[in-house]
Amino acid sequence: MNRNGNECVRESLGDYVLVRVRGEVDLSWSQQVRRAILDALGETGKVGVDLSEVSYIDSSGIAALVEGFQNARGKGQQFGLVAVSGAVLAVLRLARLDRVFPLFPDVESARAG
Amino acid sequence: MNTRVQQDATGAGQPSALGPQPLIEVEKLEAWYGRRRILNGIDFRVDAGEIRVIMGGSGSGKSTLLRHLLGLQKPRSGTVRLLGVDLGRASEREMLALRRQIGVSFQGGALLTSLSVGDNVALPLREHTDLDENTIRIMSRLKLEVVNLGGFQDLMPSQLSGGMIKRAALARAIVMDPKLLFFDEPSAGLDPVVSAELDELILRLRDALRMTIVVVTHELESAFKIADTITVLDQGDILMTGTVDAVRRADHERIQDLLNRRPREIAVDADAYLRRLTEEQAA
Repeated sequence: MNRNGNECVRESLGDYVLVRVRGEVDLSWSQQVRRAILDALGETGKVGVDLSEVSYIDSSGIAALVEGFQNARGKGQQFGLVAVSGAVLAVLRLARLDRVFPLFPDVESARAG
Repeated sequence: MNTRVQQDATGAGQPSALGPQPLIEVEKLEAWYGRRRILNGIDFRVDAGEIRVIMGGSGSGKSTLLRHLLGLQKPRSGTVRLLGVDLGRASEREMLALRRQIGVSFQGGALLTSLSVGDNVALPLREHTDLDENTIRIMSRLKLEVVNLGGFQDLMPSQLSGGMIKRAALARAIVMDPKLLFFDEPSAGLDPVVSAELDELILRLRDALRMTIVVVTHELESAFKIADTITVLDQGDILMTGTVDAVRRADHERIQDLLNRRPREIAVDADAYLRRLTEEQAA
């Protein structure tokens, strides 16, 4: 973790990759999150993004999630958002994206699909 | 194998770089048009996360104040600081960095008529970021969804109604997720339902995106619905700044006149009146 508290970790759980994001996802950082998600989708067919420790996300961060989801759908891959924090959920709701993304309360239910 | 990516620790975009509290600080601001003083040395402050409504009748000075807050007019005397930057002394580079963190929705929309709605909204991202085109497309269309214009990106501004133009302008104003959003007369010319939708949207933007929002309006109903605090301007003076309840209860004749739509009694100075009618035009 750096001094800004922002971190993006890819964690392999068998055939499932969980991208854990922590901190504030804004323009200064969202492209690295985007890259991590796209790399995970290049590794496996089942990807989740853990957003439980994201305290702020702007629309460039949301765009990274949308691009990941759209890529996964295009290739028939499994993609979901895991343990979405209140701050992220508020932004998803603002754009009604809470009705678009598969949302899971924890990694176990996300892996089960 | 686990892979870890960390943010470059330049501190770019962090609150410490440009965003100390308060977000707006105006001190002893005077504005003149010719020999007419429009703002009489006002002090004004807006803290992070609040929705501030600037209210006043025609000629109160609220549009002049907004122009100073946007850096469109330099203070004749006094200071205007936004996100810690003194607009009277800021370098071009500081102003550019500042503009990336500020969104403005102008009264008439100010959409570029030669560009589609989608390109209008995407314009700030193309000007101020080096994001790839796919991200720009998603971000701009996302903001069109937020303002209930999803799917309208290919229309031209001339094909939009008044309410749609306001919403498209708002989408452009928020496309960079600004810290500070200025909204000039959001309800002007809109029917009550569209106006109420915009009010709701302003509240949701503040809550979801943590924006600090300054709204200039003379629409009382809208002001009372969205404001955390209201600044009442009259003839270049701030009569009061307070909560909606405090403004409603204010024991001040001019404020009650404004709230009850009573016209101002105009004082007549016979000498000045005759001078205005008879003196030769200034060079």
